Amino acid sequence: MTSARRLTLFLMMAPAILWLGLLIVLPHVEILILSFSERVAPRVYQFGFGNYLEFFTEPLYWRTFARTAIMSILVTAITLLLAFPIALYIARVARGRVKAMLLLLCLLPFWVSELVRTLGWMMLLRETGLISYLLRATGLATQPVELLYNDGAVILGLVYGGLLFMIVPLANALESLDPSVVEAGYDLGGSRATVLRRIVIPHAMPGIVAGSIIVFMLTVGNFATPVLLGGKNGLWFTEQIYAQFITRFNWPQGAAFGMLLLLLSSAIVWAGLRLTGQGLGTTLRQA
Amino acid sequence: MNRPSLLWKAYIAAFYIFLFAPLVVVAVFAFNASPFPSPPWRGFTLEWFTGTGAVFPKPGVLRDPIWLTSIGNSLKVAVPVALLAVIIGTINAWVLERAQFPGKTLLAMMMLWPLVIPGVVLGISILAFFSRLANGLEDWLQMDLDLMRPGLGLVVLGQLSFILTISTLIIAARLRKFDRSLEEAAFDLGASRGRVLRTITLPFLRPALVGAGLVALLMSFENFNTTLMLVGSDAPLPITMYGQMREGATPAINAVSLLVMLAVGAIASLFALTSKSQA
Repeated sequence: MTSARRLTLFLMMAPAILWLGLLIVLPHVEILILSFSERVAPRVYQFGFGNYLEFFTEPLYWRTFARTAIMSILVTAITLLLAFPIALYIARVARGRVKAMLLLLCLLPFWVSELVRTLGWMMLLRETGLISYLLRATGLATQPVELLYNDGAVILGLVYGGLLFMIVPLANALESLDPSVVEAGYDLGGSRATVLRRIVIPHAMPGIVAGSIIVFMLTVGNFATPVLLGGKNGLWFTEQIYAQFITRFNWPQGAAFGMLLLLLSSAIVWAGLRLTGQGLGTTLRQA
Repeated sequence: MNRPSLLWKAYIAAFYIFLFAPLVVVAVFAFNASPFPSPPWRGFTLEWFTGTGAVFPKPGVLRDPIWLTSIGNSLKVAVPVALLAVIIGTINAWVLERAQFPGKTLLAMMMLWPLVIPGVVLGISILAFFSRLANGLEDWLQMDLDLMRPGLGLVVLGQLSFILTISTLIIAARLRKFDRSLEEAAFDLGASRGRVLRTITLPFLRPALVGAGLVALLMSFENFNTTLMLVGSDAPLPITMYGQMREGATPAINAVSLLVMLAVGAIASLFALTSKSQA
């Protein structure tokens, strides 16, 4: 390599190195260090595991963490169940323009801001909202019904937000299924359920994994939906991070929470990829 | 499986109703002549778009400085993010597709990382790192570095941290399809490096550049998680909406949402058109 070429390469790589270095790697090193620093006196910090100990000894913190993890898994499972028939229909039944339209209609709501979608659910579910109003108008309820500020509302909002990210990879995976394989399954005497279980679902596995990983990551890291739809009962871990950083100005504690959230999210992604033997690059490209 | 059962069709129909119900409700109640964004229906009005505050206690979106400055702040962030995402994304795409150097696989891997990091964590890590950097530099230079403190500048950096991954992937995918013999032919015909870039390579990449720019614009305009951690006193639109939704808002928030939907719809169809011409 001549020195001129070497210089060109260096200059072209500079933006990527600055980006990854200054916006990703060093900031994460910073919160890692921050998470291990304890305040011993005003403006005096020293190394210690105090922030992590605080997490394990304060029930509110680890319970919120566990709740976030469990609810995110639940949300991912529900999203998968709801999305599968839709993706199957789009990929295998719908043809031509109908197919393009169905997919486009799926995409549309997700181009719109998360806040707008959440506003829609708030207007439907709250005490003075549309569903409560219609229930009273039809005589099914005599009192205003509060459907907001409970776990159901949080799960509903999160599932709604995750659907697209499940449907697209699922439909992509199902698209490549050869119809003759399915027919062969029926010809050999397989029932609908058997064909689904033994042929369709195994074939869709890469899509299922990709969709589930993305939905889980988005759900665990979500902030607006659980806070707005769950209110005081939302109790999402990202809210704890926000509270430590912005409200209480306890950055070391918030940094420890951030590391724990990153760990949870990465562990699930890693486990998902490991279980199915897929690479991160191919999985992300599926979506 | 080619004859879908009635149940399956009914499910599909119900699903699409479920998908659009919240958006339709938001849009319809933007025109409700009531001080609250809730039923009953009190008649049609445009007051929540253009009202001056004479009929209802609060003005409509297009006359309310709170909403107008928020939209302005969002644009102040989204436009630089989109431009930088396209420029840096193109350079990154070149590095990924054309350059040969040791450690390239690692670099390509690292470029995907930002997508697996929760937005909130990206936000706090950049906040903490830049405030340490600012503290250090301010002591050393004896001057204020407001750009590194929470505010729109930091929001631009925070959003770029993951939007760059998306723009790089979009542009690199297009560059991979490029037939290099076209460039070689131009060189053989005596064109300079700059001219080849201007007349051959960039025109080929154009659909991807426009597409990446539009996607970056949209993602920036709608980002909430990372932005929330990095805002100072100037709030972009999603942050203002969040605040209003917590306090209980007037139908002006529906009106602003409808405007967002229309703008997003326009950008998304532009994107669909450019990606169609790409295929």
